[in-house]
Amino acid sequence: MHLTKEEERMLSGGEGYAVKKSMEILVALGDIYGAERLIKVGSVQVAGVSYHNLGDAGLEFLNELAKDGKVKVLTTLNPAGMDLENWRDLGISEEFAEKQNLVIDAFKKMGIVTSCTCTPYLIGNLPRYGEHVAWSESSAVTFANSVIGAKTNREGGPSALAAAFVGKTPCYGLHLDENRVPDVHVHVTAGLKKLSDWGALGYCIGKKAENKIPYITGIAEAEVDELKSFCASVVTYGAKPLFYIRDVTPGSEKHQPPKDKVTIDSKDVEEAYRNINDEAVDIDFVCIGCPHCSIKEIAEIARLLTNRKIAPNTEFWVATSRTAKQLADMRGYTAIIEKAGGKFACDTCMAVAPLKGRFKAIATTSAKGCYYSRQNKMLTKMGSLEECIAAAVSGKWS
Amino acid sequence: MELKGRIIYKGKGSGEALVTSQPISFYGGVDPNTGEVIEKGHELQGKSVKGKVLVFPTGKGSTVGSYTLYRLKKNGVAPEGIINRECETVVAVGAIISEIPCVDKIDISCIKTGEHVRIENEMVIV
Repeated sequence: MHLTKEEERMLSGGEGYAVKKSMEILVALGDIYGAERLIKVGSVQVAGVSYHNLGDAGLEFLNELAKDGKVKVLTTLNPAGMDLENWRDLGISEEFAEKQNLVIDAFKKMGIVTSCTCTPYLIGNLPRYGEHVAWSESSAVTFANSVIGAKTNREGGPSALAAAFVGKTPCYGLHLDENRVPDVHVHVTAGLKKLSDWGALGYCIGKKAENKIPYITGIAEAEVDELKSFCASVVTYGAKPLFYIRDVTPGSEKHQPPKDKVTIDSKDVEEAYRNINDEAVDIDFVCIGCPHCSIKEIAEIARLLTNRKIAPNTEFWVATSRTAKQLADMRGYTAIIEKAGGKFACDTCMAVAPLKGRFKAIATTSAKGCYYSRQNKMLTKMGSLEECIAAAVSGKWS
Repeated sequence: MELKGRIIYKGKGSGEALVTSQPISFYGGVDPNTGEVIEKGHELQGKSVKGKVLVFPTGKGSTVGSYTLYRLKKNGVAPEGIINRECETVVAVGAIISEIPCVDKIDISCIKTGEHVRIENEMVIV
């Protein structure tokens, strides 16, 4: 890879330890993937925030970097292992909270906006069409590439941090237009009626378009919340973090449907539900917000929970960004949800909080949420928001 | 026998080879505290990577795996070196932040478990 004089100086330690280590990472990745040069990035989204995944060694690594590392571009953060304010109410231990706060302190010291959300595009980290960024968090990467039309590879925590300290990333993969050409045509004949249908569709397409870029036809319109859910699902179940929906997402007008064609019908979607769902009746956990709820979704939850009560043995979480919760506070949604016995889980979610062993069965609107909850040894039920609220109120899936 | 590859993280490391023909997922697949391979059904399940020169085709799985390599190193149970056929992001970043000598573009079928292997930058000496 060709390096400028300034980049050579960073690699040899001229800007300190964090920048040197970062350049080593970027140059190695550039060489592995055949990049010719580094390119500037507009923003960074950093994953690897939960102490549950980092452990003491990860924390130590971040502290090393924080000694002299300062980010050069707008950098936001993925969810942590707990609500940074309300962790006690969510059953997080004192010991875990102390470590998680040290992780956040290290990121703060680096100059990172400690937003702790998987929806950075909803809270102020919004790239423009065609802009190069370096994001981690697979659902956000897919949203940036597909719904916004920005350009990013699927970064890991350390490679995203490296891009933030240098302000650049190696130019390969999805940064190059020739690698953004769709390679499978997916025609959808199934009707999509509720939010969870988008998760189920993502499951079907992820499985059928494994490691490919789908060009999707048959969908006339889609709301942002639906696309957000689809992004999380399609990449979790196997596709590349980029898709096109004809006449819905940007760039679709520049491409023709590829010759290789698959069809997704209503039977495929029903099959997806069967695979994602387990046999479960008693529901002791309902969590909405994977990816994090938008203010519009919180409004809908508040409407459905007005004058109702969550079942005594069931825990109900709204996983969202602190920013969205502040808007919910202003509208009175928070008061309605909390009066019903629901809890806000800001800054965190069901995928990264230490939940193993705490709950037996979860109900959620999210296919990705089900995937990670199974790893936490829960039985899973995916359905519409109405079905999930009904389960929270009765404690049963019906 | 001498094999020449490509440096991912430069340095010297030697030890007994632990070889598998299957990709390794460090996150969830290797215990960061003991160095034991815990992925169900993996060829190396139950074996420890501690002190070995770990030889495998490529990495797979969650990007959190880079931090798992770092945790192995800090816990004193990391491999002495890593040899891949084709290195990918998770292992490359993990090797760099953990400062474990790592080389790829090596015909790993030439190396057998138990052989003494030395990595010297881009060279692998069996």
